[in-house]
Amino acid sequence: MSTEAATEHAAGDDHAHDAAHGAGHHGPKWLAHHYDTPIQQFDAAKLGMWVFLAQELLFFSGLFVAYGVYRNWYPEMFKAAAHQLNKEMGATNTVVLLFSSLTIALAVRSAQVGNRKLTGRLILTTIACAFGFLFIKFFEYKHKFEGGLLPGRFFHPHAEHLVQGAPPLPANTGSFFSIYFMMTGVHGIHVLVGIGVLIWIWIRNNRGDFSKEYFTPVDIVALYWHLVDLVWIYLFPLLYLI
Amino acid sequence: MAAITTTPASHHDEPDPTVSYLKSTKGLMSWLITLDHKRIGVMYLIAVTLSFALGGIFALLVRAELFTKGKTLMDADTYNRMFSLHGVVMVFLFIIPSIPAAMGNIILPIQLGTKDVAFPKLNLLSLYIYAFGACFGVYSMINGGVDTGWTFYTPYSSSDPAHGGVGSPSAVIPMTLAAFIMGFSSILTGVNFIATIHKMRAPGMSWRRITLFTWSLYATSIIQVLATPVLAITLMLLTMERFLGLGIFDPRLGGDPVLFQHFFWFYSHPAVYIMIVPAMGVVSELISTFSRREVVGYMAIAMSSLGLALLGFLVWGHHLFVAGMSEYATMVFSALTFLVAIPSGVKVFNWVATLYKGSISLQTPMLWALSFLFLFTIGGLTGLFLGMLAVDVHLHDTYFVVAHFHYVMVGGTVMGFVGGLHYWWPKFTGKLYDESWARVGWFFVFIGFNVTFLAQFVLGSRGMPRRYYDYLPQFEQLHQVSTIGSWILGFGFLVLGIMFIRSLLGGKPSPRNPWGSAALEWMTPTPPPLYNFLPGKEPMLTRGQYDYHLATEDELYDGYDDPMFPGREHDSRNKAKPSEGEAH
Repeated sequence: MSTEAATEHAAGDDHAHDAAHGAGHHGPKWLAHHYDTPIQQFDAAKLGMWVFLAQELLFFSGLFVAYGVYRNWYPEMFKAAAHQLNKEMGATNTVVLLFSSLTIALAVRSAQVGNRKLTGRLILTTIACAFGFLFIKFFEYKHKFEGGLLPGRFFHPHAEHLVQGAPPLPANTGSFFSIYFMMTGVHGIHVLVGIGVLIWIWIRNNRGDFSKEYFTPVDIVALYWHLVDLVWIYLFPLLYLI
Repeated sequence: MAAITTTPASHHDEPDPTVSYLKSTKGLMSWLITLDHKRIGVMYLIAVTLSFALGGIFALLVRAELFTKGKTLMDADTYNRMFSLHGVVMVFLFIIPSIPAAMGNIILPIQLGTKDVAFPKLNLLSLYIYAFGACFGVYSMINGGVDTGWTFYTPYSSSDPAHGGVGSPSAVIPMTLAAFIMGFSSILTGVNFIATIHKMRAPGMSWRRITLFTWSLYATSIIQVLATPVLAITLMLLTMERFLGLGIFDPRLGGDPVLFQHFFWFYSHPAVYIMIVPAMGVVSELISTFSRREVVGYMAIAMSSLGLALLGFLVWGHHLFVAGMSEYATMVFSALTFLVAIPSGVKVFNWVATLYKGSISLQTPMLWALSFLFLFTIGGLTGLFLGMLAVDVHLHDTYFVVAHFHYVMVGGTVMGFVGGLHYWWPKFTGKLYDESWARVGWFFVFIGFNVTFLAQFVLGSRGMPRRYYDYLPQFEQLHQVSTIGSWILGFGFLVLGIMFIRSLLGGKPSPRNPWGSAALEWMTPTPPPLYNFLPGKEPMLTRGQYDYHLATEDELYDGYDDPMFPGREHDSRNKAKPSEGEAH
């Protein structure tokens, strides 16, 4: 095979510098040295993120299977325990997250057309929603702690803090709250990570790293944020409603 | 470009892309923060080799304890910790990252004809995540290790005596966290490789021209990405169960230990394909190179790797035949298990067909590849015994199982790993090793391995249960045979270790293509330059990587009679070698 034959770097971008700059600098600043074209870099990043999201899905799947198995074994316990969850707060959080998914999707759009100011505002709104979600979650957790509605060994319900008029809780309700705290906890950690990467792209956006030609990080962070939203859309009905 | 606001590119401190990656930049920091896939791979290689040595020492201690009936060296508690640590270290620290993260990292981008993996920073991160996880493992070992076996079965592992439980008193949480963290390293490597293989191929590198090693890494990456997260969440639940008493796996708290086994094997059965499939890829390379011909059934071998990846997800239940699953489930899992023999058989038959009428040279890497063929076949066929429901009831949890998976994992993966290490050693280091000592090492490993584990097949079929500290008098003789075998095996690896260190210190420089291979990684200088190919010589493929009939003489031969024995003149080939400048 002709290793001798020097391939011309397929320069799909107008910014390709002179090849004399060496192997490390052959295009715009944001084009990493090992990519030939911006499109290749964008596609690789996007594919990488989708593969990573597949991983995320399987990560949560263990919890969903555990939920399914225990719900199948103890349906009446799950029904009784669900009465102790605050549907209003859960529903509010669902709206907050859905709205944040919209704002981050709009942020991608505005990054694509190079509207830096709007992108920044939309990312900030998304971050605010994420904090709002955690704020509401904090109060939900607080009620559970006050009521002694804790996982496994720590499950000691105090009647005075429970929802009035709800069906009595069977002795093994600790299992429900184990699953509740694991599922919402792992999801909450994902929200925290999401806040971290959202702040990262917000700073980069302010710094002017992004343009019509290069907005990959906004795009892949948005993909991640949609997954965080999507998981919650399943958690809410499974834990609170049915 | 309005976006550029920060530092202008500085040119004076840039590494020289024409010198070897080992010399392009200097100093410890240039390694620790490198983004070069080759250096990251070399660091992985050092880490997995040390882990292999550590796991090997645990194995030798286990075998030594079993040399006589009753107490030989250590008490029963220590023995439990030794076999658990052997398993944990070998599985999570050595065998999972061994071929993909270490060798794959170095070779995959070169075989694809690209400068690096798709995400170099992620690659470095995965190395540090691995190291971070390993720290937890070491912390657990310093605090007495674990005695749960590498499988961490509940409720023994999840019920903490410190909280009124009845389970293992050992340092389970740090060890499960170690495996949890190292899992992410494995996932990130998988994500990286999938993106690299899809998006980074050189011009002319069609899917039909990537090497079988690349195909095997592709299949492995799919498993790593889809199976490892299930282990992660399982170990997380286990950790929280031990810590908070969740009650998911512990029947005393209303949980189900069999659910843990399902979760665990949903990862760990696919994981055995994470372990073996890359070795199959290495062996495909070795058999092609040392038979000097195109592999037979290229697409069949490639697809059988994907087939194994797929089937690997459907057979986890065969670990639970005696754990109380429904009869119908066991029948389905048994039938699916037999299907695994098909892609495995496709590979073995195609390798044998490649050997047929090939121009075989029995250099050391080929000896390892042939050992793989021989031992993996035994390991694979004994797997069918275990997949059979009635037979499994007798053989479950006996030394037969131990022997079976050691034939696959050591006879398969380790043979592939060591064979690949010999094959690519010149590529990694630029040095040749001593072929005679390499053969001595191979001989002792091969003999020692078979002595150790053939005896265990017999022990198991006669009913010796695995993991037992003591045994009946009739088993003593075979245990002693097995232990003596482990010493021969250990000696063989010692010889190899010394041989490789001597090569590093004083080995002769390697020619570009010591084996006369037609694959792309041998078309670039040895060791490769910083960006894998010299500037201006980035590859564009005009032939496949196994097309020996299309390769030019200059590509295959580089002036050595027999590169492993430079200076020895016994090969008539060299006399016919064209002088410089002669046209072909």
